[in-house]
Amino acid sequence: MTLLGRTTVNVVVGIAVLYTLLPVMWLVLAATKNVDALFNSDLFGGFSLVENVKNLFAMDKGLYGRWYLNSLLYAVIGAAVSAFISIAAGYAFDKYAFRHKEKLFGLVLAAVMVPQTVLALPLYLMASGAGLVNTFWAVFIPALFNPFGVYLGRIFAQGYVPDEVLEAARIDGAGDLATYFKVAFRMLGPGMVTLFLFQLTTIWNNFFLPMVMLSDQLLYPVSLGLYQWNSSATVSPEYYPVVIMGSLFAVLPLILAFMLLQRFWKAGMTAGAVK
Amino acid sequence: MKGKLACAVLMAPFFVLLVTVFLIPTGTAIWLSFFAADQPGLGFGPESTVFVGLRSYAAVLSDPTFLNGLGTVVLYCVLYIPLMVVGALTLALLLDSGVAKLRSWAQMSLYLPHAVPGIIAALIWLYLYTPGLSPIIDLFAQADIEINFLGINTVLPSIVNIALWSNLGYNMVIFYAALQAVPREVLEASVVDGAGPVKQAVRIKAPLVRGAIVTVGIFTLIWALQLFTEPVLLSQSTPMISARFSPSMYIYDAAFTRNNYGLAAAASVVLLAFTVALSFGVTRWTNRKAA
Repeated sequence: MTLLGRTTVNVVVGIAVLYTLLPVMWLVLAATKNVDALFNSDLFGGFSLVENVKNLFAMDKGLYGRWYLNSLLYAVIGAAVSAFISIAAGYAFDKYAFRHKEKLFGLVLAAVMVPQTVLALPLYLMASGAGLVNTFWAVFIPALFNPFGVYLGRIFAQGYVPDEVLEAARIDGAGDLATYFKVAFRMLGPGMVTLFLFQLTTIWNNFFLPMVMLSDQLLYPVSLGLYQWNSSATVSPEYYPVVIMGSLFAVLPLILAFMLLQRFWKAGMTAGAVK
Repeated sequence: MKGKLACAVLMAPFFVLLVTVFLIPTGTAIWLSFFAADQPGLGFGPESTVFVGLRSYAAVLSDPTFLNGLGTVVLYCVLYIPLMVVGALTLALLLDSGVAKLRSWAQMSLYLPHAVPGIIAALIWLYLYTPGLSPIIDLFAQADIEINFLGINTVLPSIVNIALWSNLGYNMVIFYAALQAVPREVLEASVVDGAGPVKQAVRIKAPLVRGAIVTVGIFTLIWALQLFTEPVLLSQSTPMISARFSPSMYIYDAAFTRNNYGLAAAASVVLLAFTVALSFGVTRWTNRKAA
């Protein structure tokens, strides 16, 4: 390729990288500044990183720590349970034959299309009837449902668990469930991690459902908490540095998870796209 | 027989969820849309629920605020989806061309925003749109350009930008993975036939990843039609976003601010029907083009 072509390619990619990176870098920089420096767009003055962290965890009697813990509970446990459920169903779809299987699978795929806002009111009324509104469970249970995870689970089962292995286990006299938990489950490990990551992101991002279900601040996840603090900031600006620092802390776990588990999510996304 | 039992055990937890958090709520939404709370004369006495047929649908479909919201979301899709698909595909093709430097580093950076939760992406950009806080606005001011990102004509493009920033890298990775799966012999053959790198990208590679393009397009569409988080957050700072800016916001407003469950349910069903119809439409259209 010509030198001009090479330069153009690198300039375009470079601009795209700046577009994605600069807002995050602004967040990091802004998190180190006090209110005055923030509003004077004083790029390097008013350093108060330590102060901002202290304020974040002290604001409103330490609500942020509570929100963070809630988010971790909703997301980590929720994603683990959800991945476990989805992959089992995906595996069963791949390895067993039964009547109307493909129709049922079509229903699972159709569920991907239904907007969350459509389900919110009925879910709220059901939770209300069961006395679960404004509890941990009202946010936790609906987040376990991941139809796209079942779709991926089926692809993983097809790719990672050869039928011969199951046949061999059967000849050895192992029951189907024992085979799943002792043999197949281990082979599905990388797929589990992928599904876990996907659902971790989804639940950590979850905003609409908590907004509908929760009125007790102590049960809020970080997303809803920061939303509320931001509305306070429009009236009292001392909330701005806390919201910014809180946002930075809220981004860290996902970035960490993605860096540590890079090869898994790439595998999962490829499986979803190429099929 | 034993196999059937195992199959049922493995599937049971998922199907319990499917029924309780998907099928029953969807059915309930449809059911509710045919009923309304009937307030007795003076507002005293118990409320009763009465069958009203299609009255809620008539109310929703003749409500200018709902139709405006639907129009807004359609305009949002028209701006956002082509930008997203073309942008992500272009970046994937550039990275796949083998010329780009520091390829895996560039991919990581482009993907980074996807690890930023939606509400926080919206917060970051809201602050970058806020005069006084934003270094971007200061930069423009130094060049004597006054810019208002949250004005009546700019607020929708500003929302498009947030969504684009969040998802560009994610979709780029999907396209890149699909491009990597293109057989190298096909590409070598095209070089022998005299195709330059640009022609090769547009004429050979892009058509070969059609499947990925359709998948990304449909998922982006389904998500875009649910537009909620970004405008709700921005509405805290600009009067340009009303409480019924998008259909999802309309549903929230009807259900939880006005407590009009029948109206909210009817709007939900309309949004659902709209989503399903558009998704099928796009699928049919792309299939026909392929044939």
